Amino acid sequence: MSSPPTGAADASASTDPIIELRGINKSFGPVHVLRDVDLTIRRGEVTALVGDNGAGKSTLVKCLGGIYPTDSGTYLFEGSPVKVDSPRAAAALGVEIVYQDLALCDNLDIVQNMFLGRERTRHMVLDDAAMEEMATETLAGLSVRTVTSVRQRVAGLSGGQRQTVAIAKAVLWNSKVVVLDEPTAALGVAQTAQVLDLVRRLADNGLAVLLISHNMNDVFAVADRIAVLYLGRMTAQVATSDVTHSQVVELITTGRGGTLRRDDHAGRPSLAKRSDPAEGTGP
Amino acid sequence: MTVTTPALTDAGTRAPSPLVAHVRDYLARLRGGDMGVLPAVLGLTVLCVAFSIMRPRFLTAGNFANLFTQGAAVTIIAMGLTFVLVLGEIDLSAGFASGVCAAVAAVLMDSHGSPWYLATAAALLTGATIGLVIGALVAKLGIPSFVVTLGGFLAFQGVLLMIVENGKNVPVRDSTILAIANKNATPWLGWVLSSAAIGVYAFVQFSREYRRSRRGLAATPPAITALRVGTVATLVWTAVYALNLERSRNAAVVSLRGVPIVVPVIAVLLVAGTFVLRRTAFGLSLYAVGGNREAARRAGINVDRVRISAFVICSTLAAIGGIVAASRANSVDPNTGGSNVLLYAVGAAVIGGTSLFGGKGRVLDAVMGGAVVAVIDNGMGLMGYSAGVKYVVTGSVLLLAAGVDALSRKRAEAVGLR
Repeated sequence: MSSPPTGAADASASTDPIIELRGINKSFGPVHVLRDVDLTIRRGEVTALVGDNGAGKSTLVKCLGGIYPTDSGTYLFEGSPVKVDSPRAAAALGVEIVYQDLALCDNLDIVQNMFLGRERTRHMVLDDAAMEEMATETLAGLSVRTVTSVRQRVAGLSGGQRQTVAIAKAVLWNSKVVVLDEPTAALGVAQTAQVLDLVRRLADNGLAVLLISHNMNDVFAVADRIAVLYLGRMTAQVATSDVTHSQVVELITTGRGGTLRRDDHAGRPSLAKRSDPAEGTGP
Repeated sequence: MTVTTPALTDAGTRAPSPLVAHVRDYLARLRGGDMGVLPAVLGLTVLCVAFSIMRPRFLTAGNFANLFTQGAAVTIIAMGLTFVLVLGEIDLSAGFASGVCAAVAAVLMDSHGSPWYLATAAALLTGATIGLVIGALVAKLGIPSFVVTLGGFLAFQGVLLMIVENGKNVPVRDSTILAIANKNATPWLGWVLSSAAIGVYAFVQFSREYRRSRRGLAATPPAITALRVGTVATLVWTAVYALNLERSRNAAVVSLRGVPIVVPVIAVLLVAGTFVLRRTAFGLSLYAVGGNREAARRAGINVDRVRISAFVICSTLAAIGGIVAASRANSVDPNTGGSNVLLYAVGAAVIGGTSLFGGKGRVLDAVMGGAVVAVIDNGMGLMGYSAGVKYVVTGSVLLLAAGVDALSRKRAEAVGLR
């Protein structure tokens, strides 16, 4: 279930975008939230989506997940244009979104949460044993050792464990793209490390991961690429190794990255190193 | 939390012994505020012992049979309420809805000469329609269920008055309907049915655990399963034995023995309701909507449909409760399903352990709670207390149960955060 899509994790994977958004526009009434946004998500990579509050990150994610229809623009999935107009359509493509509030039912156990809305049944009766087996396998496939019993109620889990369950729920369905909205926002140090570990493992398993985060340390710890939104525009999409902490912060806060240019279609961004006193004071 | 729970994925290697681990797990759940049916069982035991000591007549076979027929209607309505309470909603109109449905059946039989099955079908249909309307108002229009059903409470009282034409009784003369609350199964049938039921229960329990252990999943230790099946069998057979005793004052004239017909009716509803809630995707979606509506919606569950269905089930079961009440009273009057019926039913569900906050509850809770309510009502009646005292005591017990519910919820939160 959690096995990587065939041939996704090979060396050519990084040049193989699974989702390409081109020229996405989205307005809510007079408010133009997304302006000609381009975004590329690749297999086997963690792409970080960063931006200040109100930059349009959540809107972009909801467009990805089919919750908001876009006003204009192209949604390419594995190279061909698709229409993602409902969460179901996104799920059918293999795009799963883990929202910040996780959307878990506290009164249900881990297995029930992972299969919620898509229960396995046999002659109309819940096939609990099969679901429990699959859930256990998925968690094992993600090398999750923090969860002792899959029959525990979610109410009794720590923040990191809950995040783990939510992520496992997303990868249970042979998903190809997992979008994580601020997965470490409410976690302590150790649990953050665990979740970031898990995020990295997802990409190493061949999935495409889009990580929305405010935390520059997290972004630099796991992301292969960084996409920066500033007031509804994609100001840069660059490889993590090509930028510094302070350049990203500047992109987030001002929308300008010195002479940093956009990373259009695998083109290397050119950088002008600037001495920046704002190093390390990011959000 | 994770420390006290044994690792079930590799229970064989780490846990001391499956039996010990299971007991420890259960105790941990108790401490965590997940008490299930335990308070109701304890309360029932205390009440029964107290009443038996103070009024020996409480413990007679005749009174035991009375308990079932007295508590049946309230218990069945409480079963229906469970579905609504699991969602975190409430149906205050269930009492008078049951009265309206019973009146529909009674009038059809009395004035139009309908056979009992058509009248019952009409009552059930009326119940389903009432539930559909309430559910649609709550789910589609977004009126809080408290307000919708409070309106229904008054409106259905009025409808009932109109159907029975201002205070006249509508008599129920159909022998089948009357049999539900007034006739008993022959003793041997009681033994056969109860034994068959226990056999099926044991088979289901053991085969499920066997299947789980064969797949390498954490299974309940056979000793625990055997204990559970044994306890149920003992209780059921004891009850059947007691009900099969002669309870007629003058057995030479008329013999009064056997399980009241209403008991298998409740048993069937209990099994069916438990199956729907626990073993089907629909049941799970009820808990999901009650636990976190937004999560359920995002999981692709049609939340509106689930909520409407719960109200339909509730009102339909209320209709059955109404027919049982009509059978017991031999008639339908403007107060059928009125006065204390609804509060007793809500009390039964909550006393049994169904949460008013939603997301938690079982049909069995309604039966256990219904038993507590029936015992209080019956025992205090035997003690010669007035209706006023009965109401005060039952109301206090309801508050006590709701308090236990709220406290256990707080406790669960505290444990969950730890």
